[in-house]
Amino acid sequence: MATIFIPAQLKELSSGIGHVDVAADNVGEAIRQLDARFPGMKQRLCAGDELKPGLQVAIDGKMSSRGVLAKLDVAREVHFLPVIGGG
Amino acid sequence: MSKKIHVTTTINGEPIEFLCEARHSLLEVLRDSLGLTGSKEGCNNGNCGACTVMLNGVPVDSCLVLGVEVEGATIETVEGIAQNGELHPIQQCFLEGAALQCGICTPGFLVAAKALLEKNPHPSEEEIRFNLAGNLCRCTGYDKIVRSVQAAASQLQETTS
Amino acid sequence: MKAATSDEYKILGTRPIRHDGADKVTGKAKYGADVQFANLAHGKILRSPHAHARIKSIDTSAAEKVPGVFAVITANDFPDPQDKIADLGEGPVTLSHLGSNVMARGKVLYKGHAVAAVAATSTHVAEQALNLIQVDYEILEPVLWVLDAMAEDAPLLHENVFTDSMGEASEKPSNIEKHLHFEKGDIEQGFAEADIVIEREFKTASVHQGYIEPHVATADWNEDGQLRIWTSTQGSFTVRHQTAELVGIPLSRVTVYPCEIGGGFGGKIAVYLQPVAALLSRKSGRPVKLVMQRDEVFEGTGPTPGSFVRVKLGAKNDGTLTAGKAWIAFDAGAFPGGPIGPGCMCVFSCYDLPHATVDGYNVCNNKPKTQAYRAPGSTHVAYATENVLDEIAGELDLDPLDLRLKNAVKEGSRRVDGPVYPEIGCVEVLEAVKNSEHWNAPLEGPYRGRGLALGFWFNCGLKSSATANVNTDGTVTLIEGSTDIGGSRTSLAMQLAETLGLTAEEIHPQVADTDSVGYTDVTGGSRVTFATGLAVCKAGEDIQKQMRQQAAVLWDCDANEIEISGSTFSRNGNSISFQELAAKQLQLGEPIVGRATVAPDCSTNGFGAHIADVEVDPETGKTTVLRYTAIQDAGKAIHPSYVEGQMQGGAVQGIGWALNEEYFFGDAGDMKNASFLDYRMPTCLDVPMIETIIVEVPNPDHPFGVRGVGETPIVPPPAAITIAIHNATGVYMRELPASPPRLWKALQEA
Repeated sequence: MATIFIPAQLKELSSGIGHVDVAADNVGEAIRQLDARFPGMKQRLCAGDELKPGLQVAIDGKMSSRGVLAKLDVAREVHFLPVIGGG
Repeated sequence: MSKKIHVTTTINGEPIEFLCEARHSLLEVLRDSLGLTGSKEGCNNGNCGACTVMLNGVPVDSCLVLGVEVEGATIETVEGIAQNGELHPIQQCFLEGAALQCGICTPGFLVAAKALLEKNPHPSEEEIRFNLAGNLCRCTGYDKIVRSVQAAASQLQETTS
Repeated sequence: MKAATSDEYKILGTRPIRHDGADKVTGKAKYGADVQFANLAHGKILRSPHAHARIKSIDTSAAEKVPGVFAVITANDFPDPQDKIADLGEGPVTLSHLGSNVMARGKVLYKGHAVAAVAATSTHVAEQALNLIQVDYEILEPVLWVLDAMAEDAPLLHENVFTDSMGEASEKPSNIEKHLHFEKGDIEQGFAEADIVIEREFKTASVHQGYIEPHVATADWNEDGQLRIWTSTQGSFTVRHQTAELVGIPLSRVTVYPCEIGGGFGGKIAVYLQPVAALLSRKSGRPVKLVMQRDEVFEGTGPTPGSFVRVKLGAKNDGTLTAGKAWIAFDAGAFPGGPIGPGCMCVFSCYDLPHATVDGYNVCNNKPKTQAYRAPGSTHVAYATENVLDEIAGELDLDPLDLRLKNAVKEGSRRVDGPVYPEIGCVEVLEAVKNSEHWNAPLEGPYRGRGLALGFWFNCGLKSSATANVNTDGTVTLIEGSTDIGGSRTSLAMQLAETLGLTAEEIHPQVADTDSVGYTDVTGGSRVTFATGLAVCKAGEDIQKQMRQQAAVLWDCDANEIEISGSTFSRNGNSISFQELAAKQLQLGEPIVGRATVAPDCSTNGFGAHIADVEVDPETGKTTVLRYTAIQDAGKAIHPSYVEGQMQGGAVQGIGWALNEEYFFGDAGDMKNASFLDYRMPTCLDVPMIETIIVEVPNPDHPFGVRGVGETPIVPPPAAITIAIHNATGVYMRELPASPPRLWKALQEA
């Protein structure tokens, strides 16, 4: 069971709920469950079946490049964040 | 296409002849005609010092000198600093002191620093900073460059005393 | 892999001479502009004199007739990339924007925007031809200042850019291309709990990365359709990808040969010249070299955003922070994209705030497309937060160091953007400040003051590959793909040497082209020593595994029975050295080649604090930096000289940002100071020695504990310098740079 933190800008879809616990194998499945509970979530987070360009997922503080395929088997926390480059 | 002019000069101890157009800078001649690409172009207007060479014993920005002006002159570039397969102490000290990161400004700094130490073997930190202020470095913050020049000054002093 | 304590290391922490050192002090090292070919043509680019204009027509016919001209191209020579978005290693890029930045399509969006290019027998002939290209412009009103560009009635740069608010687009097109919002806790409750609340506004000017080597690319479009590119870049693989997309050929038809690189700092990741040189080469049938002049670098390549930042902090009387609120607007420049995300994520990243909100806006305006610059976005916001924090310390009569220590983030602190920090060194860095000689030294005299500021940067992981060939003489050739901007060949060789029990000199590192090494992301994000280092360590383990098997052949035993200590392989009293085993490898089995690829999913979280002592001349407003110390958590300093060098170099870039550097724009949006004489970067006469203190809190995600180092050092300086100016004069400088005229005016008004 992982806690999905709902981005502040998407709380308008969750009636202000900030995080939900989800039992999912990966991020894509977690988003599908979120969308079932809060319709419109997937459209805001995904382009097709992938995360929107410019978004990344952080699992227990670690940025993952695997997007919707990132595993959640031992995850405790999931955050959706802007991608970070560097100089 | 303008007509080329014949120029005779001495570069790093060797007599060299070349042809250049009146508009060609010494830097262009060194890099493009003679293949001496150690002198670097950072600004092409005398502000960065990456193209510093010795012209008749004086450090100059070679981008501000015309090729035709060096008729009969003696030029020393970064390629002429190491002698007989051995690095000069200023080069060795730059390596040991980690005075370069990307290295693009290094040839200009080496020529300018060597010129300073030949004129003033015991420069103060302030004198080093003043004399190298015409050479820009964006990587190091200058600390290790100044310290390496200080180290080279000490080393040259030991070898001459 | 086991973590070891420092005194167990033989190589790490020493200071060997860099492998490319002799080449770089003798002028032999080959930088991008140094490549030469037979039949080489020289290119030049025609650039827009206007900051904002519609291109009605371009007539290149007269230029094409100049004797010695081989090819002239415009945007029409490029394929239309349409709406494709490509991930180019450091994030997604809309290819139509990237392409239109390389060569303007329909509109020019900043002075210096490329509109056409010529290849000729020499740059002088190419310049003559450029003068004959007729461009008919319809001049439009430019908008430069970020807040002006956000106004409803601002001149619009793009009809097809809408404000993205986390997946929802605005109804009307807008210069505001992105709005981000983060929140933690209950902001109103947080400010209600505060005994003191201070809110201030800050502005920063556009500043350039200022690498001394201008952009350069040479392309050879071969008769067999293969395209070869020699260039100065932070990432040869991203140049390959970008160029292939923009010229419309498969990736595999492009090989990028990375030359030595004369500085990047984030500004040599996006392509500018490479696709242009490629198409000029295809059209002219010759290799074509393009080199920028310095004014082209300033006017045509990435500055970092100018910014407006409002920060509000609340604290209890004992200094405990209760709430923070930030409103951030960054220049995107001509096209969408930029560091607004990390800017928002860094504004409160050093402090444990129970309640906070952050709003960020990325805004298109008529400046060159902004590019990454060392810890992109973090310097702007740290400048604001640290100054407000300093003002709170003053109002509450608290020691500014104690106030920071009281609120510093530590393992387990939750960031405003959500995630929780793993093991980090923020508190340890502040403790090092407290124990430093500088912090405890007296500073006396009129118009003198000391400033302290803290800074943070994530540091990236991304992808790296390495191959290591064991030679029969017992040395190892290391092949990797991270272009070396500051000694990384050596910091990587040292990690392989430590792994194998060899000396740094026994490793021969090479930076390879895109056909000769596995995929490797950019030299950026402070990632090379960490991530490519991780690949190198693993390649070393792969070598050990193979050599253990060869020793097992030698001793007719199971490979698992063989122990490795340093460079010695042993079993039951038998032992053989790495060198001896390397010499026997062709007799005992297959040639030994170690390989590894990595994709570490982590940021390595670098914290740094800087102490600045300044003296202000009240007659002129000039600030002199008297003494400066940079303190930083490096995790583990592999080559301490290069770690110090990053700290010193970043500090001086930050001092330039704080005191002098800025783009001056005229009313027509034209940059007025596009030279090193007028864009005033620090010279060695402008700065003192930069003292350094390296703190080592090991990174749990690296076998030696390495954290990224390169970017964090640019974050604290503008804050540390302006806080020091306040302590010297009583004046807070809330606009950068705190240049002599600006500071003089502030002193007059105080």
